[in-house]
Order: sequence, then C-alpha cells, then structure tokens
Amino acid sequence: MNSGTASRSARQKPRDPRGWRVFHGLVPAIALLLASCRQAGITDPRGPVASAEWLLMINATEIMLVVVVPVILAILGFAWWFRSSNDRADRDPHWAYEGSVEFVTWSIPALVVILLGGVTWLSAHQLDPRAPLASNVKPLQIDVVSLDWKWLFIYPDQRVATVNELIIPAGTPVSFQLTSATVMNSFFVPQLGSQIYAMTGMTTHLNLLADKPGDYPGLATNFNGDGFSDMRFVVTAVAAGDFDGWVAKVRSAGGALDDPAYGQLTKPSSAVPPVTYRSVDPNLFERIVDQTALNPDKARAGNAWCPPATAAAGG
Amino acid sequence: MLGRLTLAAIPFNEPIPLITSLVVILIVLAVLGTVTVKGWWPYLWREWITSVDHKRIGVMYVFLGLIMLLRGFADAIMMRTQQAIAIGGAQGYLPPDHYDQIFSAHGTIMIFFVAMPLIFGMMNFVVPLQLGVRDVAFPALNSVAFWLTASGALLINLSLFVGNFARTGWWNYPPLSELAFSPDVGVDYYLWSLQVSGVGTLLGGINMVTTILKLRCPGMSYFRMPVFCWTSLAASMLIVAAFPILTATFVMLLLDRYVGMHFFTIDAGGNQMMYVNLFWIWGHPEVYILILPAFGVYSEVVATFSSKPIFGYRSMVLATLAICILSFMVWLHHFFTMGAGADVNAFFGIMSSIIAVPTGVKVFNWLFTMYGGSIRFTTPVLFTLGFMVTFVIGGMTGVLLAVPPVDFVVHNTVFLVAHFHNVIIGGVVFGMFAAYNYWFPKAFGFTLHDGWGKASFWCWLIGFYLAFVPLYVLGLWGMARRLQHVDDPSWRPMLLVAELGAFVIFAGILCQVAQLYVSIRTREQRRDLTGDPWDGRTLEWATSSPPPPYNFAVMPEVETLDAFAEMKRTGQTAAPRPQEAIELPRNVPVGIVTAFFATFAGFGAIWHIWWLVILTLIGVGITASAFGWSEHREDEISADELARREDARLSTGNPA
Repeated sequence: MNSGTASRSARQKPRDPRGWRVFHGLVPAIALLLASCRQAGITDPRGPVASAEWLLMINATEIMLVVVVPVILAILGFAWWFRSSNDRADRDPHWAYEGSVEFVTWSIPALVVILLGGVTWLSAHQLDPRAPLASNVKPLQIDVVSLDWKWLFIYPDQRVATVNELIIPAGTPVSFQLTSATVMNSFFVPQLGSQIYAMTGMTTHLNLLADKPGDYPGLATNFNGDGFSDMRFVVTAVAAGDFDGWVAKVRSAGGALDDPAYGQLTKPSSAVPPVTYRSVDPNLFERIVDQTALNPDKARAGNAWCPPATAAAGG
Repeated sequence: MLGRLTLAAIPFNEPIPLITSLVVILIVLAVLGTVTVKGWWPYLWREWITSVDHKRIGVMYVFLGLIMLLRGFADAIMMRTQQAIAIGGAQGYLPPDHYDQIFSAHGTIMIFFVAMPLIFGMMNFVVPLQLGVRDVAFPALNSVAFWLTASGALLINLSLFVGNFARTGWWNYPPLSELAFSPDVGVDYYLWSLQVSGVGTLLGGINMVTTILKLRCPGMSYFRMPVFCWTSLAASMLIVAAFPILTATFVMLLLDRYVGMHFFTIDAGGNQMMYVNLFWIWGHPEVYILILPAFGVYSEVVATFSSKPIFGYRSMVLATLAICILSFMVWLHHFFTMGAGADVNAFFGIMSSIIAVPTGVKVFNWLFTMYGGSIRFTTPVLFTLGFMVTFVIGGMTGVLLAVPPVDFVVHNTVFLVAHFHNVIIGGVVFGMFAAYNYWFPKAFGFTLHDGWGKASFWCWLIGFYLAFVPLYVLGLWGMARRLQHVDDPSWRPMLLVAELGAFVIFAGILCQVAQLYVSIRTREQRRDLTGDPWDGRTLEWATSSPPPPYNFAVMPEVETLDAFAEMKRTGQTAAPRPQEAIELPRNVPVGIVTAFFATFAGFGAIWHIWWLVILTLIGVGITASAFGWSEHREDEISADELARREDARLSTGNPA
C-alpha cells in the first residue's frame, strides 16, 4: 500500500484488495503444483489387481462423498445462518429431541456402512492376495526374501536368482511366496497392486500381474532399520517372449547363489545395486523359512521345539 | 557400578543432540534458578507439587502436555525439513541413525506425553466440577498418577542427553526391537518410560471410573450427567481395560531383552505376530481413549455457545458406549497386510466401518444442536467447527482404509500418516485447544484473548491442510512412511508444501504463546467475576472462577440435565448458607516422592544399574507403606468456618 487512495478504498470496500492480490499470486503457484502432479503409484495402475483396487478406492470415496459433502456444507451453513447476529434466523432454544431426526441421523451412516460393508466383504474375497488370478497362462513362481537391506528374488523353476531387480513376463500371473531372513518387512509394487508382509519363519502369498511391459518401482514399506530408505527395486515387465531370453542370459553369466554367497548376502548392506545369480538351490526359500539356510545343524535342534508348522501361520 | 552407563553415552560427537541438550539444560537451570532466587519453592511445594486438589493436578497435566507438545513439534519440524531437502541423491542434514530416533520419539511423545496428559488434565479438572462434587475418589492416588506420568516424560527426554532413543518407530515392533537388532538402550528408554507412565495412566483411569460411578452430587443420575462426563467415563473404562494389555506386552518384550526369553524373537519359537496383535488390541482402544474426551468437549462447547441443550442426548450417550465397545473389535485393521485371509480381513474391515455409524450420529447431533441456536463465534467454537469439517474428511479416509483391498495399496504409506494426523490433529488436538480456551477462565479466573486465539485457530487449520493434503497425494503416488530420504524428484513440490504447512502450524503455536502472554498481562480487564463467562449450562459454571478448594460449599442438587441452565432459568443460583462441616484431603508428597524413586528405578533398569533399581524400589515400597499407614489424611472445615470463608471469598471477589 503506497498511496492514501488505496487505503481509503480498502476502508470503503468490504473486501481488502490486498487479499485478492495474494489470491491472484496463489493461482499460478497452485497451477504449478498441479502441473507437477503426474500419474504415479496406485493412481496409475498397470495390472488387474491394482486397477481393481484403485477403482474400489474411487467408488468407496464416491459413496461416502454423497454424504460427506452435504454434511460439510450443512456444518458451515448452519453455523453461519444461526450466528447470533443474524436477525432473520428462527431460534428454537429448546429443540433438543425429535424422534424422526434421530432416526435419520442413525439411518444415514448405517445405510452407507451397510453398502460399504457389502463392498468390503466382496472385495476382500475377490482381491485376497492369496487368491490365484484368473488367466489361461501358467503362473510364474517367484520366491521373495527380505534381507537387510535388499530384496532377494528366487525363480525356483528357472533356478536363477536376482537381488533388487525383478524381471517378470507381462501378461503372465506371478505367484509370489514371501518370507524374511531378518526383521518384518512389507513387499509393495504400487502400480501392480497389493502389498504383503514378509516375516521370518513364515510364508505369505501374493498374486500379481503386469498387463504390459514397463518399469514399475517397488519398495519396502515396513520400517526395518537404517537402510530402509534405499530398499527399493524396479520391477521390469518384459514381453512374454523376451523372458526366456532373459533367463538364458542370466544363466550364462554371474556367480552362483550357493550357501557362502547367501551367507554373504545376509550381512547388512544398503543401496545395493542389482545383481543376478546364474544358479540357485530351488529349496533355498524353504530352508530360509525353516531357518536352516545358514546353519544346517540347527535343523535338528530347531525341529525339536519349533516345528515348521508355525510356518503356515502367516500364509 | 554404573552398569552399561559410560561417558560414551553423552553425544559429544553429534552436534544436533549435543546443542539441543545444552540449550534445554540451560533453560531448565534458568527456570530452577529463577524459582530459587524468587523464593517460590515453598509456594510451589505447598500449593502445587504436593497438591491433591483435582483442579491443580488437572492444570499440571495440561501444562505437562503443552510442554511436551513443543518437544514433539520440534521433532515434527525436523522431520518435515529433512524430507523437504533429502530428495534425489541428497541425504539431508539428519543421518538415518538420528532421523529414525526422531520419528520414533515424535510418535511416542505425541501419543503418550501430549495427548494423554491433555485429556487427563481436562478430565481431572472438569469432571468433579461437572458432577458437583468436591474431589475425585482417590485424591492422593491422583497425585501419584500425575507424577508417574511426569516421570515417564522425564525419562523419555533424558534419552536426548544420555544414550539414545529407540530407532524402531513408535510401535516398537519386534524383531527389530529385539536385542539382536536393537542392542543399544534406545528401546529400553521407550519401554521403561512407557511402563512407568503406564502405571500412572492406569491409576488415573481407575480413579476417574470410580469418581464417576461413585461420586455424584444429589440428583445427578447417570442420565443427568453432562456428555463430557459420559465420554470421560467411556475413555477411562477403556484405559482400565486396555492399558494392562500394553503393560503385559511390554513385560514380555522386556523379558526377551533382559533375560533372553523368546516371546517375540525370530528364533526358538518366538512369534512376532503376537506382539503386533497385542500392541493393537491396546492401540485401537487408545485411539478412542484420546478422541472420546475430545468428543465430550465439542458437545459442551457446541451446546453452550449455541445456547441450546445438546441435541439427542441419549443418542450421544448410546453412541459413546457403542464406540467404547466396538473399539475392542477392530484391532486387526492395523495389519490387513499380514496375510490373515479374506474372511478375517473382511470381518475386521466391516467392524471398523461400523464405528463410523455412532461417530456419524455424533456429527449429526452437533449439527442439529446448532440448528435453531444462537451461535457465538468464540475461539472454542471455531476449533469445534474446524474439527467437524476436518474430522468428517478424516473419517472418510479412515473408512477407506477399513476396506482391506484399499488398505493393501496405501498401508504403511504417507496416506496413512495423513489419515491419522487428520483425525488426531483435527479431532484430539483441536478438541483440547477448544477445551483450553473454554475452561481456562474457570481454572484461572480470567478469560483468554479471543483475537490471538482465533489467529491460532486459523494457523492450525490452514497449516494442517497444507501439511497433510500433500501427504495424502504422495501416499497414493507410493511414498512409504519413515523415509529418511526419497528418490523421486517429482515429489519435491508436495514435500515443500508440507514443510510450509508445518511452519504455518508453528505460527499457530506462536499465536498461542502470544495469547497466553497478552491474556496474563491484561488479566485485570479480563477477570471473570461471575464464574459463568460463557452463559454455561453445566455445574462447573455454578461455582466461582477459580473455584475454592472444596469446589462447592454446599453440594448442588440436580433435577435435570444441563443443571446450571435450569437453575438460572428458575432463579435458584444463589448458593444456600453452609450448614454442614466438610472434609478436605490434606496435601501429601506421596506422588512426587514415588515418582522420584520411579524415575531412578527406570533409569537404573535402562542402564542395568541393578543396585539403583533395588534401592529405589525399596524407596517406593516405603513411601507407599508410610502413606498407607498414615492417619489424619483429611482436614475438617466446620460449617461456621466454611461460611466465614465463603463470605470473605464472595465479598472481595477473591477466591479462596
């Protein structure tokens, strides 16, 4: 404000022009912010599981907005209309009970919840991470092991393994079984859908599918120590025909994931670049679940009072 | 001699904790020095530290909560700043080792040492006044409960100077919190500070339940109690039912860590999932322990400032009790992603959304309380309206998270972080600020400055949305929580907006400091001489501001709901002359002495200084016994003396 006129006009007008100037400054800032928004994560689903979950999220939000938006408007509207300075509002200072209104106040949230409850029951079953995906293609089996602080992926049928890099054929369902060789973690590829915990001594199951070839970021979501932030990997979905070529390439190069190599891998390290292994014991995953991978002698002692029956608990 | 404690425990080579420690120590020394020089110790000892007056204890609880809010908020600003700069290849200014302690401390402090003391403070101060009685059921136990909470807060803050705090998140999930993965004292600080304060919380809960069930003024039947008393009763019952679970769970983890047991270890048959279940069987009721008293506050505020009774009182009570029971049936929604299977997940998902029904009813009833009212837009009303709008949005994202397949894609992301801050800031914190502005004149005899209060409200509201809407978006984009640095540079604008939001909230806190300062400076003009500055409806406004130590010289007799409003309507507000002698509990130092020993016991246990633990536990035993066998725990005030005091008090306008 540099002139008397401006400040006088500010007094005369009900609105302060400075407020509007700030507002005009905000518009480009907000536009810039929105421009930085791009499709990512679950908002850009690339598989049937993620698509169904994103759609479910939108539908559930819409069901609730039908009630939430009018309620917010009513809160603001009632509060404003019944302000003590409003001479036109009809006051009824003793109105504290009305059976029909009570009935409606219980009914509206109850109806919404009944509707959402149905959605919850159906979707929880349809999108159960354990449920195999409907497909004509035989699923690819991948075993996932959470380590400090990297992901080990074992392809038991192909007898190869990778670290922090997951190559899958597009259009083929992938059946994951997961465990942890260290603390609890959670395996998550947002654009493909559901995450699931990985826990020591237990196996969890997850089924995902990538519709098209592409690179999809994956991450650990359950905090597990200092190297947590770098425990990322990329899922690369390749055309179905290219997958066998990739397996052949992996088999022809790199080291073998034998017990010493696995022992090396279990030592904590972070921001580990991707590695591939040309061969792996197809039973490595089971041995990790039984906690005998590093110490075969433990098998007998462990079995005596820690039967592997607990292994099914998480699955 | 000193167990694991060596000089290496002092963070000499870490500038941030070291400088923070020095500044905090200097401030504490300055405060203690001022108190000593001014000769305030006898007054503080007599009137506050050893006080068993529920009002004084309530004020001390609130004071503790607000001080700890500053600590927890400092952590929040540090986290937001770290995430705003550690993007792409950058590592920011906090290494993982330090950052992980900060987010763990932030969560632990905000829940246990900010939210809990604030609700306990409000319940302590308000409930006996609203029930028209002179104190809580167990006044000395009340003092013990408060000082144990303060002792826990002291221990957790000690981790800043001596040793370090947990790097496990505020849930402290094993196996990460087991000795194999967290060998240092961080987890022990977490466990012992929460064990010590947990005892205090349980004692406080028992006290509050007993007070509400057994001590009510004549005519105060259950269905004439103000809604705040109902919600306090529900929250206190949840405390009594839920906190022992937490204590037992922590005992198991302590046994794992201290004597090599295997409750939750990854080998020898330990089961980490059991901890997760037990933690949340406490943890979900805890959410309602926090929010129910806040719901009570909103009910009082909206009725008072609309000049109307609360709409649908019986519905409100029913909804409160429904929430109380349902809160124990939903814990599994905190880990749908653990692979429990579709039937179990669907059951807990549906139970979780059912809680939205009684909660929704409450929102509608507040709405219809305003309808036909005459609303005065004071600071508590603004916080209530801000709450209603914000909480409806937070409730909506909560119901979303209750749908298991939706949870599968946003669990453990910052979407979840945004959701629970949405309901805890928008629900609990706004409620406590409304309560602070609403009951402050009752506690201190003068009102708070409304302009600064409103400014603080707008900063908190706008700051909240700026800080957490970006987190909703980032969560959908796939950003995990608890990241010390992020990879994706396209997240930068959102993280910068969130950082801005944190600073707007900081401005709100500064407004609150200014509000308190200005109000104290101008207190002579803001004196509340009537005891009823807001045209209140419940009994706390029937006595003077601040009330005398005995609250009511003659117990009020209640014939309706909104008893004081009815008294004003029928013109029966003048208190009759006291005819009977009353008994007042004597001040005792049992609380502070117990807490003194408990602090050293906790410290000794953390550092494995076993002789200290044994000595201090003996000290606790002797203190409790000495108090238990003491006589003359009450002073009698004769009817004449009471009448004389009342005359003096009312004629000078000078309370007590």
